[in-house]
Amino acid sequence: MGKKRLGHEFYVFLAIVSLSLIIQARSGQFFTLNNIVDLMVSFIVPAIFAMCELIVIISGGMDVSFPAVASLSMFATTKILLSMDYTGNVFFAFLLSGSFGLIMGAINGALISIFNLPALIVTLGTQSIFMGILQGALNAQEIAEIPKVMFDFGNAKLFVAINPLNGLKSNMSSSILILFAVVIITYVFLHFTMWGRGVYAIGGDSNSAIRAGFKVKQIKFSIYCFVGIVAGIAGMTRVCMMQNCQPNNLIGMEMTVIAAVVLGGTSVKGGSGTIIGALLGTFLLTIISNSLLLLSIPTYWQSFFTGLIIIIGTGVTSFQLILSSHRLPSMRKSKNEA
Amino acid sequence: MKHDALSSRKLQKNDNTLLNNLVVAAVILITMAILKSSKFFSFTNFQSMAYQLPQYGLMAFAMALAMISGGIDLSIVGMANLSSMIAALMMIKLANLIPNQNLIIYVIIISCLIAILIGLLCGLLNGLLISKIGIPPILATLGSMQLFSGVSIILSKGNAINRLPPLYAKIGNYALFNIVPLPLLIFILLALFVSFMLNKSAYGIKLYMVGSNTKAAKFSGLHVDKIIIQTYCLAGILSSVSGLIMMSRLNSAKSDYGQQYTLQCLLIAILGGVNPQGGHGKISNVMIAILIFQFLSSSINMFPYFSNFYKLLIWGIVLLGVMIWNKYSKSR
Repeated sequence: MGKKRLGHEFYVFLAIVSLSLIIQARSGQFFTLNNIVDLMVSFIVPAIFAMCELIVIISGGMDVSFPAVASLSMFATTKILLSMDYTGNVFFAFLLSGSFGLIMGAINGALISIFNLPALIVTLGTQSIFMGILQGALNAQEIAEIPKVMFDFGNAKLFVAINPLNGLKSNMSSSILILFAVVIITYVFLHFTMWGRGVYAIGGDSNSAIRAGFKVKQIKFSIYCFVGIVAGIAGMTRVCMMQNCQPNNLIGMEMTVIAAVVLGGTSVKGGSGTIIGALLGTFLLTIISNSLLLLSIPTYWQSFFTGLIIIIGTGVTSFQLILSSHRLPSMRKSKNEA
Repeated sequence: MKHDALSSRKLQKNDNTLLNNLVVAAVILITMAILKSSKFFSFTNFQSMAYQLPQYGLMAFAMALAMISGGIDLSIVGMANLSSMIAALMMIKLANLIPNQNLIIYVIIISCLIAILIGLLCGLLNGLLISKIGIPPILATLGSMQLFSGVSIILSKGNAINRLPPLYAKIGNYALFNIVPLPLLIFILLALFVSFMLNKSAYGIKLYMVGSNTKAAKFSGLHVDKIIIQTYCLAGILSSVSGLIMMSRLNSAKSDYGQQYTLQCLLIAILGGVNPQGGHGKISNVMIAILIFQFLSSSINMFPYFSNFYKLLIWGIVLLGVMIWNKYSKSR
């Protein structure tokens, strides 16, 4: 099993390499330093989201509410900080946004673990509620001017990459440090704690996990709390990087993130999946959405390509599963429950 | 009793849902009678409801069918938009080609038939991906949704397709005896058809069996793959008809019309007692859920200080509330 998973990530890696070579051959612009930096910068937010979705999918669930959680918490935080003319540390902004996320994640977690409802449908419902609060109750409009601390943080750069050919500059945003932190924390939680073992155990077989002594309800609840915190932080990162607060432009991202995580070899039935795979999958989709311009393909092809990649990527994994096992094809639902 | 366990259990559960839903419908009607009697119980209001209801009602049936089979179909809106987009483009192209404007009715009929064929093919793709390739329904339809809306974006370059033949909108707004709108008529006919398929045909019985236990159905010799494919094809056809209705009402086609319908259809199906695990659900109950939904939606519109975005909030709360209520009443 371990060998097979390694193989899958290798294929995704191969896909990335061959795609980059094709783009390089067509445009000659792919392997320039500033393009790589641009790619890394647009990779940051989807990759943070991928980390929380990865944990949910490993545990056999499905969360589509995290863009709504991120939007609501970033908007509320920006509004609050603006109203109090906040000038302190930017750390507080992330803390506040993360706590808003935590509250929303806890609502998801409570509904899913206490009432034992299918995660997909619960999060569809809460997504709708959070967007309703954001657009209806808060009447969210774009905030063009964000607090100065957040602006400065978003502007901070680790280094600047200059393309020697055309003099284009790309800034490596320091927000990538947040991505590193989230990835490391996720890695430690998933691989070095009993909690992480529990996540894999629940995804593999919920009943066995109960019998093995895992507190399944508590672990499930905490998974969605974790997702909430990370989503809140991702939303705040996004605001800082975009330098303005647009309440609606994260919506729809859930689909690409789920696709990216599954492309990376995470089983939708739960129980298996790796961080490297999820990151590679996200990187693949980022390359596709960023490089259409380099290939001079009109951007309206993007949705088509994303759909195609989701189908091919999940199709390959699922078809291998059919071939490798003599059991019935997995046409039953994606095991959202239990 | 034991020999008839399946049908008796179904009956019991559905009676429960039916009663619940009728009570909910009655509560909404009484509330509106007290609050906005003259406005709500007017002929115009009921007629506008009759015009609004068919487009998402058909999609709700499509969603319910997929859920009865134990899956889910997130691509219904994508299929509806793709087929209406192709119909719109064909109508415009062919209308310019024909010499005589009296022939335009044939152009419209051919375009509509092709749109339905497109819906069927989209459904076929979903069914094949789910049954033959083995992709879980949620992911397969998630991907195909992107694919279908991607194709319609490519076809239209992201713009709305306007300037349809005026006759088409006229047909869509035609009302029998000036009372019953044509879309409603189509909706009722298709509802009767789907209801017949589920209750009286062999396909329906097999579908319930596949939905409640795929493995057992397979071992009892059912062609599970075929039934799954048929179900998603039917869902595709229903969606494409709904897309055609939507196109006639808006008098244009666009790749992102009706995005909110996915959640609404899921809500209606669950409100109508369709079990997300598969195997349960009746079209008559879904029908009542559609009515409840329309009553609620029209009622909210009557309070101008409720922004439209509050609907999102309300649908979310209703969805979760119904799920919890179902769980609670089942565990008793």
